[in-house]
Formats: sequence, structure tokens, C-alpha cells
Amino acid sequence: MATYQTDAWIALGDPTRHAVFERLADRPRAVGELARELPVSRPAVSQHLKVLKDAGLVVDRRAGNRRIYQLDPVGVGAIRAQLEQFWTKALTTYKAIVEEDVERDTEEVS
Amino acid sequence: MSTRVRQAASVRTQIVVEAPIERAFRVFTEDFDRIKPREHNMLSVEIAETVFEARVGGRVYDRGVDGSECPWARVLAYEPPDRVLFSWDISPQWQLETDLNKTSEVEVRFISEGPERTRVELEHRKLYRHGEGWEGERDAVDSDGGWPLYLRRFAELFKD
Repeated sequence: MATYQTDAWIALGDPTRHAVFERLADRPRAVGELARELPVSRPAVSQHLKVLKDAGLVVDRRAGNRRIYQLDPVGVGAIRAQLEQFWTKALTTYKAIVEEDVERDTEEVS
Repeated sequence: MSTRVRQAASVRTQIVVEAPIERAFRVFTEDFDRIKPREHNMLSVEIAETVFEARVGGRVYDRGVDGSECPWARVLAYEPPDRVLFSWDISPQWQLETDLNKTSEVEVRFISEGPERTRVELEHRKLYRHGEGWEGERDAVDSDGGWPLYLRRFAELFKD
């Protein structure tokens, strides 16, 4: 689990896996549905799902004799959290700079 | 691409500043040196300044105290006072990414909400592109000097 954030970016880099990911973002699906919708075999879909699952992007559950896959919001969020913090910090600094210099700027304009 | 996928592969944040749109835009680009968290550094020496070349095709680069340079972004769109778009040429191993197909992008939009009020929306998107073609390198990336090291360093940036 320690490196699952790292695997998530790698996993989404593959075009087919990205397509699988997109389908699952739309709604949960079974392997058979994905194989019908995409130009890849059922075993290939299973393999891609396994990578997505290992990367913490997808979770599965049993529904009768089928297995339903859906996005794991926790795994996806882990990658984004890093950059989100970076940009939030940058924008907070930015706001302080814009507003602290307003008076000086107004003088320059007038 | 659905909205949810876009959101998953991108980071969005926004802030409202008490300033006219022209000024909000100008400060972002001209004072980028003060805005960017300074610890975010790929040079082997301390950063003396970060330069944002305010034109399409311009670079965003850090200049080290010894004069070395690290150009980590390219300005893709420059539309004052509404919008600026730049690339993010930094690989997940915390190195400059030279393959432009593996870079993400950052769009900053400025929306006037009054004579003295501007909303600034920032979107860092296409993050999945950083992973393209990485399968073969996966073992190397998983080793201690690869991605985990990058992540640790990146995470450390946000500790108080």
C-alpha cells in the first residue's frame, strides 16, 4: 500500500486502462460488459482491471455469480492530494500578495 | 471524457482575491517568483528566483544561486487578463520531463466578480499523461531511488 499512489499514475498511462477507467467512472460494470464495449478480449480486460485494482483505483464486489468493478475514490484521491496541496499553498500566498499591495498599486494607477 | 474522469485526472482549486482582474492577472505572472513554494526545487542548489516569461512560448524556470537554470514549464497560452496556460514538465521521479507527451498542464482562469474582486480558478489536468509508456520502467520506478523517493520528498514539502 505504501506505493499505491505511484502505481496509480502508471496505471492510468495505458490508453486501454484509461478507457476502462473512464467506463467505470460512468458507472460500475462487470468484466463482460467492459469486454463488449472495448476492442479487447475478456482476459485482457481482467488483466487491466487487476492492475487498476492493485493501483488502488478500482474495487470489486461479488453480485451473485458476477464480479462488479467500480472506482475506488480513495486511491484516485491520493495522487491528486499531493498536487492539490501544492497549488492551494501557492494560491494562498498569491492572495496575500495581491491584497497586501493593493494600495501601492492604486497609487501607481492614479 | 466524463466530468468525473476529468476530475479524477486533474486537480482544481480556486481563490477569490480583492483586486481588479487586470491586477490579479498581472500579479500572478509577474510575481510568480513569490507565489511558487520555494522548496519545490529540482536544482542542486538553492533557488535565487523563479522567472515566468509572460508570452506564448515563454518558459517558466528556476534560477539557482550559482546561475544554473531549471526550465520546468512552457507557456502554452497567454491571454491577459483572462487566462494563462502552461505545461508541467516535471516527471513523477522529480526530474525534468523531456518527452512532451508525458507532461500535464496547468490552466489559470481569471473571472471578474466586481471592480475590485476577481475569482481565480486553477486546474492542473491530464495528470495521467505522466504515466504513459511507463510499463517497461516499472521495476526501476518502484526501486527506492524512483517514484517512492519522489513521493516522500513531495510529501515533505507540505509538513509544517
